[in-house]
This record gives sequence, C-alpha cells and structure tokens, in this order.
Amino acid sequence: MPAARPTFKSISIAIVGSGGAGAITAGSIILEAAGKAGWYGIMNRSVGPQIRGGEAAALVRLANQPVNCMSESYDLLVAIDWNNAERFAAEMPLADDGLIICDPERGPVPDIMTETGVEIVEIGLKSIAENITGGRENMVALGLAAGFVGLPFDTIITVITSKLSAKGEEAVAAGRQCVEVGLQQAQTYTRQFNDSQTLAVDSGRWLITGNEAVALGAVRGGVRFAAAYPITPATEVLEWLAPALTKIGGALVQAEDELSSINMTIGASYGGRASITATSGPGLALMVESIGLAAASEVPLVVVDVMRGGPSTGIPTKSEQSDLNIAIYGCHGDAPHIVVAPLSVADCLFTGQWAIHLAEAMQVPTIVLSDQSLGQARVLIDKPANVAFLAKRKTYEPQEGETYNRYALTADGISPMAIPGTPGGQYTADGLTHTIKGTPSSKNSDHQNQHDKRHNKIANFDYGNHWADIEGDKDCDTVILTWGSITGAAREAIARLANEGIKVRLVAMRLLSPFLKDKFLTSLAGAARILIIEQTHSGQFHQYLRAQCDLPGYIKHFHRPGPHIIGPKEICDQIRDWTSS
Amino acid sequence: MNISQPAPFKAADYKSDITPIWCPGCGDFHVLMSITKALVALGRAPEDIAVVSGIGCSSRIPAYTNCYGFHGVHGRSLALAAGLKVARPDLTVLVMSGDGDGFSIGGNHFMHACRRNVDMTYVVMDNRVYGMTKGQPSPTTEPDWDSALSPGGTGLSPFHPLVIALASGANFVARTFSGDIKGTTNTLIEAVKHPGFSFVQILSPCVTFRPDERQWKGTVHKAVVDETDDPARAARRIMTDDGYNTGILYRGHRKPYATHVCDTFDDPATLEEEFAL
Repeated sequence: MPAARPTFKSISIAIVGSGGAGAITAGSIILEAAGKAGWYGIMNRSVGPQIRGGEAAALVRLANQPVNCMSESYDLLVAIDWNNAERFAAEMPLADDGLIICDPERGPVPDIMTETGVEIVEIGLKSIAENITGGRENMVALGLAAGFVGLPFDTIITVITSKLSAKGEEAVAAGRQCVEVGLQQAQTYTRQFNDSQTLAVDSGRWLITGNEAVALGAVRGGVRFAAAYPITPATEVLEWLAPALTKIGGALVQAEDELSSINMTIGASYGGRASITATSGPGLALMVESIGLAAASEVPLVVVDVMRGGPSTGIPTKSEQSDLNIAIYGCHGDAPHIVVAPLSVADCLFTGQWAIHLAEAMQVPTIVLSDQSLGQARVLIDKPANVAFLAKRKTYEPQEGETYNRYALTADGISPMAIPGTPGGQYTADGLTHTIKGTPSSKNSDHQNQHDKRHNKIANFDYGNHWADIEGDKDCDTVILTWGSITGAAREAIARLANEGIKVRLVAMRLLSPFLKDKFLTSLAGAARILIIEQTHSGQFHQYLRAQCDLPGYIKHFHRPGPHIIGPKEICDQIRDWTSS
Repeated sequence: MNISQPAPFKAADYKSDITPIWCPGCGDFHVLMSITKALVALGRAPEDIAVVSGIGCSSRIPAYTNCYGFHGVHGRSLALAAGLKVARPDLTVLVMSGDGDGFSIGGNHFMHACRRNVDMTYVVMDNRVYGMTKGQPSPTTEPDWDSALSPGGTGLSPFHPLVIALASGANFVARTFSGDIKGTTNTLIEAVKHPGFSFVQILSPCVTFRPDERQWKGTVHKAVVDETDDPARAARRIMTDDGYNTGILYRGHRKPYATHVCDTFDDPATLEEEFAL
C-alpha cells in the first residue's frame, strides 16, 4: 500500500430497468471504463427470480481507492423504466442529495420513489434513443450515468467500441451517439470526482468477480481437475474452470448431482491430481458424507461453497454467512478438516490458492466459504501478485525392501501418499477405520491412533500469519471481530471512524477451522470491547467462538440474516453507540 | 493400455493377504477368483489397476486385491471411479458393487455412468439381498420375499438392471454366474477390453440370507443366441428371458467419454489475460 492515500471517496449509481433493457450492460461498461480511467469500483447485480424478464438493476460503486463493499446509499438512480420498482427500491436507498433520472414516457414515478424526497429529473430516454438510428435507451442511460460521475468521454467510447464491435459499425456508431447525448444531458447534474483524489494507475487494474478469482486462485495453486453440478450462486466458478482447465491440459466433468461431483473430486485427487468442486448450501449438504470420507481416507480436495440465504432453498440469489456451522460441523463422527474464508473479492484469489496448498500439504478436505456478495460481485482491483503457494503433496517413492504403510504414524501426522501407478505403493483407501497399512480394523488402538494422526496433522500445521487479517493499533482496546465478506464493510467502517478520531482494531478470520486459540487470543490482547459481526440469523460465528474459548472484554454481537448486507454505516453506529456510552 | 503382451503376472500378484469377511460359500469368493484370473490374462501390472467400491459385502473386494483400491461411501463408487479415470486415463479401472449399493442408493449414478461412457468396467455382484445388514430386500429382490423389514415381501416389482443399462446408453452389457468361473473370467476380460463403460451383472448367491440361491447353479444357462449390437433387440431379449441367461448380451460402438486430464500442463498464466484491463 502507498504510504499516503488520499481520503476515501466514492460515488454510487444504480441503473434499473426491465430484464433485457440493458441495465446490466450499461453498468458493466461504466465499471470497465472506470477501471481503464484508473479508478476502483465494485458492481453487483440485482435481478428478479425470473429466468428472463423481470427487473434488473446494475449497482455500481466507483471509488478512488480499492472498495470492497457496496454503498448504503445511492447518489444517482437512472430508471430506464419503473417495472417492479417496489421490489428493488429497498435495495438502493438514495442519499439525501441523491438524484433520480427517469423517463416521463415510462409512466409516473412510483410513490416509493417520490417519498424519498430526492430531486427527480425527467429526461426522455426513449425519445432520444428513437431519434438515433439503432439507438438504445440503456446507452443513453449509460451516457447520463457516466456524465454524472465524470468518467472521461474517450474511455467510455473505447469500452463501448470494444463491447459493440462484434455487432457491427452501425451499432458502435449508434451507441456512441446515444452516450454523447446522455453525457451532454448530464452536464447540468454532474457530481464529478476531483481528479486529484483519484489514484493514478500504477500496476494496472484487473476486473474480476469473486467466483472467477477463487477459481483462478485454485488453478494457480495447481488444480487440474474439477467436477461440477450447477447451483446458484456458485455456477460461475465452474463455468470459468471448464474452458480454463481444458486450455491448460486439465479437465472438468459435469456430474449428475453433488453426491457425484464430490466423489469424482475424491477419485481424481486419489489419482494424484489436485482437485476441486464448487457448490452452495444445498449442494454442500449433499456432499458432507463424502467430505467425511475424504477426511477419513486422507484425500486432499477443495470444496468452494458460495453461500446464499438458507435454510433449504432459501434465497438463491442473495448472500448470507449461514453455512458456517455445516462447514465446520457437518460431518458425522470426528472428521478434522480445514475451513477458510476469503475476506474480499481480491482475497478470493489468495484464499482459493491457499486452500489448495493447505489441502494438498495436509491431505485433507478443505472448504472455502465464499458467498454471493463476493462471488457475483465484479470488482476493479490492483493486478494481484503471484503468491508462492502451490499444491505440494507428500508422495510415496518406492524403497527397496521397504513395506509401505499408507497411514503410517509420523511426527507431523502427514504420511506419504502413494499415487496409483507407483509400484509397491498399492493400498486401499478406506472410509472404514484402518490400520497404518490401510487394512480395515475395529481395534481401539487403531481407531485412537488414526484419530490422533488426523487431528494432529491439522492442529500442528504452520499456517503462518494468514489465519487472519489483523489491522489497526495494537494498543487500541476496541476490536471488530468478523470473518469472510463482512470484512469489506468492517474495513470501511474502521476507516470512517478513524477520520472521527475513533480507533478500532480489526481481526478478520480467514482460517475458521482448525481454531488457532493462541493466535486468536493474542490478536485480542488488551481488548476491552469486542464487536462481533456476522451475516446469520442465529449467530453461528459468535457461538463458535464462544465454544472455543473465553472471549476477553465486553462483547457486543451484531448479526442478522441476509439478504440485507451489513454495511459500514451500521457498523460505525454500533461502535459509536458504544464509545459514547 | 497394452494388453497384447504375454502376461508376466501370476494370480498371487493380484491377491492381498487379507482374509475376506464373507460367509463360507458366498458367491463373492468366486467373483474374486474370476477377477484375479481375468487380471492375469489382461497382464497389466497391479499398480496400474484401480479397484473402486462402495459399501456392502461385495464392496469389500478392493482390499482383497493387490491393486490400488478405494472403499468409499455407500452408492457412490461409479462417481469416484469416473473422477479417477478422467484424471488418470492410463489406469485400468474396475468398479465393484452389489445390488443394494449399485441399484438402490447408487441408482442415479448407474444411469449416468451408462450415459457418460467413461472407459471402465462396472461389476455388480447381485445376490438380491442386503447381506451386510443381515437380510433386507434390495431392488432386485422378488416382491414376495419375506423379511423382518418388509414382512410378507415388498410387493414391488424387481428392478431390471440390464434393461435400465441399455436404456441409459450402456455400451457393453453382460450377465454371468459367479459359480461359472471360466465364463465370468472370459466375460470380465472382454468387458475390460471394451472401450468405454462396460456393465457385468454377476449372479452371486448369498448362501446365508438367500439359501434358495444355491439352486442358481442349476438354473443359469448360457445365452442361446449370439451377442448383438442392436440395443432394441438386446432389450427385447433381456426383457423376455428368465433372468438366468448368461453371456455378453449387448456390445455397441459408442465412443468412450473423451474428456481427460493430460500428463503435462500449460502455464496457467495465460488464463489471467482476460482479467487485465
């Protein structure tokens, strides 16, 4: 990080319309253009449950620094039309000085919008588009939004040209004209960033989603096989992996269900290939029996769970952190395994790669708890550095005159794994309790020894300092303790509070299981007040921590289920309420 | 797979030193014997063979071989084996199952394995009973077979695995009797050599819970007509035979599943270009 960052500044816009009206396309172009202009940003889509049609909204937040959560209020809402306005209105509250731009031809502004009291400007998007050959309303809306935030004209045109060039020169020309008119119209209302507050492009920007990032991280880590069963909101992990793996010599197989995909993953990994699958809560529920098999038979693999609202079918398109319990406790019997969580979209890349490293190094199933708010968010990040974590499995090399014991009791609990094809290494991997050789056994000593081995190998592993991101003043006695995607909002809250002179320490856990008690308690040393934040109804994270150790200081617990994502403002309020009390 | 070389291995090379848990007289002993003989004839080194199974009496078989083995969870052996074969196309993969493991809890995977046509051999030791849990009706059990769990019988028509295999696109379908070691061995050799998915139902008596199945020795008979590559004809024959007709009943020409992991990999850095602005 550069030493002196300018004050964080962001601007948020929403473009809404019926499905197919092109709101998402407009938002995507703005985000990409912002990246090319050297800005940062994040975009989430809000779509109705309909497969086609319904409402669609592009929610875009642009900033002068890396940004990891959506805004709690919007500076501009451009409505291509008002279909299903009541459904999306709650998700995009307008700032007090916000602005609504809408088309009078598309009917009256709904009460839910006029009630906000913000300025409403009527511009005939439809008639502007109709006056341009091949013109489209979403391109006019794009021009309005781009003008409002002050995106450079040339950059917008560059992106439009590359996006529309496949549709022919006429489409490019029409798009360009629409955007030009939109930009002109926006002159009156613009809320441009001050250029000096925007960070210069240095290392170059990436535009990536959390689902793509976790998949890329896994491939960087050495994954060459994936098994897939589609499920919202995890499918993009698999859809990115399918061509990517083929391109580099790996393979993805579409399975008939999650029972199959997890077992394909186990089979491929047993064959010596670092392997992965991705799913969401309902799929994870089907997989847990076989995750226990992987734990017992010591087969490394990674399951990415892109969490959504639960229980049962829940809210497939919205985020929640409520798979923590099943990820940690889902398996029957004592089945030690790893649970990690990325702390931002950029961190999906690191954590995805680290998960492969951990799984392979310890021959253990590893669950990555991403969620919809990370997985489906498209974010502008600095080009990430390569990290050194690679899949490195301790394998068996045949020794003359030596008897091979697959589950030999070793000092670190990790035993050399014979890969099929290795002469003299033949063994049967088994979900039954087994001897060191792998032979089924119901002996007390074998059961105890293998339990100890599997427990110790993950308890004694050196996780370095990656178990958590710990930020802020060590002497600061107020701590925010959280995990996963909420970290983005927590970081932003802490930065805002710092501007008010309120110091807060952040402890954001990336490694959830095993629980590193000593490191955890050290990170909380001197804490007088701890605010625990999570996106669950029942407080799973809080309960988990309480079960692991006595927490120091006074504990405040802020939690609620999805889909209403916990934002920085609420976190600030929680802390201020405390500091004033 | 190179199977034209003379077999350099003996039966002992494919057997482990673990004593099977099966009851004396169990048909599965004969299946193990036939598997061993077939592997000798196929001549692949034990370390190049993987035997994958689920749960049940039949599924204990991997540990009784000296090959690489996987004794996984109930019903999922086909999925695990498919992952293994796609990841390691150089291996010979055998999947060993029973009528409960393969047709009940694993029924969905059975259909999709037939469709997917990954190059591996699926052997189901069918004794028409759950033996390991001590005598409950399976999908192939007769409707009036009495048991503690289903007193008076299930009243359900038995599942017809060979027809379902054909309907699901299986490319090699055979039935053998465990007591016919020579016939079973020869069928298994053909099944392993067959490119793509091959399915062999082995009628393997459970002498403990189905003592009536001791009679199978006299009931089974070789198929009176030659194998066919016409699935409609094969289906009609299988639907109308008495269930004890043994031999290769169908051998088709579908191409095996082509997706597989390569031995060498390109640098994944090329994948990152799409994200750079």
